[in-house]
Amino acid sequence: MSITVPNVESAETAPRRPWMRLWRGVTSTSFSRGLGIAVLVGLAWLLVFGLVFSPEDEIQDSSVRILYVHVPTAWVAYMAFAVTALCSAMYLFRKSHSLTWDRIAGASAEVGVMFMGLTLVTGALWGRLTWGVFWAWDARLTTTAFLFVTYIGYLAVRRLGGSHEARARRSAVLGLLAVLEIPLVHFSVRLWRSLHQEASVANPNGDVKLDGLMLFSLVVGLVAFTLLYAWLVMHRQRVMYLEDRYEDVDLDLALAERRSENPGGSNG
Amino acid sequence: MITVVGAPDMWRTARLVAAKDLRIEWRSRQVTNQVLPFAGLTLVLFAFALDRDDITSRVAPGLFWLATTFSLIVLVQRSFVVETQDGALDTLRVAGVDPAGIYLGKSIALAVQLLVLEVLLVFGVIVFYASNIRPAGIVLVVTTALLATCGLAFVGTLYGGLAAGAKGRETLLPLLLLPVVAPVLIGATRAFEAAFGTREGNGIRTGLDLADGWPWVGLLAVFAAVFGAAGVLAFGPLLEEA
Amino acid sequence: MLPAPSDPTPAPGRTDAPVVELRDVVAVLGRFPALAGVSLEVAAGEVLLLKGPNGAGKTTLLRVCAGLVPVARGEALVLGHDLRVDRSGVRPFVGLLGHHNGLYADLSVRDNVGFWGRTAGASDAEIGAAMTQLGLDGRLAAVNVSRLSAGQRRRTALACLIARRSQLWLLDEPHAGLDADGRDLLDSVIRRAVAAGATVMVASHELERAAALATRTVTVSGGVIVDDHRGGGA
Repeated sequence: MSITVPNVESAETAPRRPWMRLWRGVTSTSFSRGLGIAVLVGLAWLLVFGLVFSPEDEIQDSSVRILYVHVPTAWVAYMAFAVTALCSAMYLFRKSHSLTWDRIAGASAEVGVMFMGLTLVTGALWGRLTWGVFWAWDARLTTTAFLFVTYIGYLAVRRLGGSHEARARRSAVLGLLAVLEIPLVHFSVRLWRSLHQEASVANPNGDVKLDGLMLFSLVVGLVAFTLLYAWLVMHRQRVMYLEDRYEDVDLDLALAERRSENPGGSNG
Repeated sequence: MITVVGAPDMWRTARLVAAKDLRIEWRSRQVTNQVLPFAGLTLVLFAFALDRDDITSRVAPGLFWLATTFSLIVLVQRSFVVETQDGALDTLRVAGVDPAGIYLGKSIALAVQLLVLEVLLVFGVIVFYASNIRPAGIVLVVTTALLATCGLAFVGTLYGGLAAGAKGRETLLPLLLLPVVAPVLIGATRAFEAAFGTREGNGIRTGLDLADGWPWVGLLAVFAAVFGAAGVLAFGPLLEEA
Repeated sequence: MLPAPSDPTPAPGRTDAPVVELRDVVAVLGRFPALAGVSLEVAAGEVLLLKGPNGAGKTTLLRVCAGLVPVARGEALVLGHDLRVDRSGVRPFVGLLGHHNGLYADLSVRDNVGFWGRTAGASDAEIGAAMTQLGLDGRLAAVNVSRLSAGQRRRTALACLIARRSQLWLLDEPHAGLDADGRDLLDSVIRRAVAAGATVMVASHELERAAALATRTVTVSGGVIVDDHRGGGA
């Protein structure tokens, strides 16, 4: 018995807003291919500018180049979680309760966790190279680490199982609660560290002044990584959509099997 | 006849559920017989691990709140195991009561149990870590404990509801809960340090002023309010099985 | 017992609106379609016996009617509530006795019946009456549930159900764990409930007993209804 995945959406799965349909079929379009090329170009630019063209810093020489990766990944990670929270809210508060919101939220969280891990690793490396310490207990870094763990918890909750709607509901609530956590953790850590008179040596994760070509390289990094994020989320949510559809198609097969359990006829 | 003459509203449900949970604890004495010794043991184990007599009194507030946080996890799990053991959670769902009422009721019961635990832990801290609470600091201690406990109870019940029941969820609770309670840990510890007068800065005993403790109390109040509201709104959807 | 004057719901009895209306309902548990297209109409005051092999979907059918399991496809109306729109709205009006008793082991019989009754708005008198009906008001009332036998726990769970005075009773293998006296008690409880205007759906393997009570028998198999006729028995 061959399994065919129908191309035409059934009435139940067709989204009520036409532009939602865009997200399901957004990959393999000329737009997504164009985006992919832009990502590759951006990353190539970043490599060139970051490693070759931009000058060495007076104090930190080449280790400042890590910043061209560290800062963009941090920016993208936080943006990813903002997107997750936004899509979680849209899922919960819009009457349509479209699962597309849930899938974008989940894809964004996955990509966000990846970028946040990168942020923490590159940050630790940079701190080690510049100031000799892998870690410092400041508000930004601690909040980042906490968010990392929180979103790992979020991803674990997404894998709990159950119906698509149950998963969406649970994850959406958790996504919004996680956002609540950010200001609370940040503020409490900042208050806490202000009690310690900081040593005169600058905070390893404080801001470094960048200008000219260095600033430009940073901006290239920001743009390239943002495009990369968009490309990854687009494709990941499409895969999630296909996984959900596959389970639904599975349902039709399972229904047929279930009905055939009856020795006699059925009135179903 | 067969009619529902006013299913109870949120507060009535909360009272019923809180009374039920507390009565269960009263009959089974699991908190007093098991969780309390556990918390006391953690205090002792901290002393073993730290092995620095000179600093234990300084870090006593932190260890106190650490012990409370770990006990919170145990208490939350207990609170929900009671429901899932015989399918009572299912029956609660079918009961058609306001889920916010269930949430508030369980939070209140959890807060009461936590407070009892904390009172006894304070004695443990005074005994084991040779701490002294300044008489002037009592108000700060009590306010901090009340607000921090509310925050912990609200957050614990909310995430407990998420993690309750089916397999694969028992280990989820600590992972979800611990990052979220960090602000309470920080705030309550600092406030207690101010009340105990034990904070040292840069090797000099600065003896934190009582006044330094109150901003932290503000943080704890915000935390409790935020998560209390979030729980009331979110518990209903989380309670659904599918 | 008369309805409270301010009560908006109509007095139950043999009204025309069916209590349960299911049309081609598909209900999924995880990936498994427990109900594969069930169509059923239950009128008020009926005692419906659900029979069928294990795994046929009887339990899921009852849970769908209680608003616990979502309806994936088809239409479902219970007591006028559309289950696809809002499952939780129907719950105050139904009572479900599942495989588990839903009791708190550390509380006494009286505490349990009291709690479950009060969450449905029952008065102390009604709670007491429920316990009396099942012979739990004597020595057993103050005993912790953990010390009761399985049959006594089942009776306690039944008392909790009676105290809730639901319009639709959903009983899943209620005879299981009860001795002969307990089963007689259960039968009389069902009769009294029906006399007071409730509708009862019973899933059971105890065909002889249930047959005596049932006004209609429905056979479930493979997630669909394969037989539906008046009266009890095969």
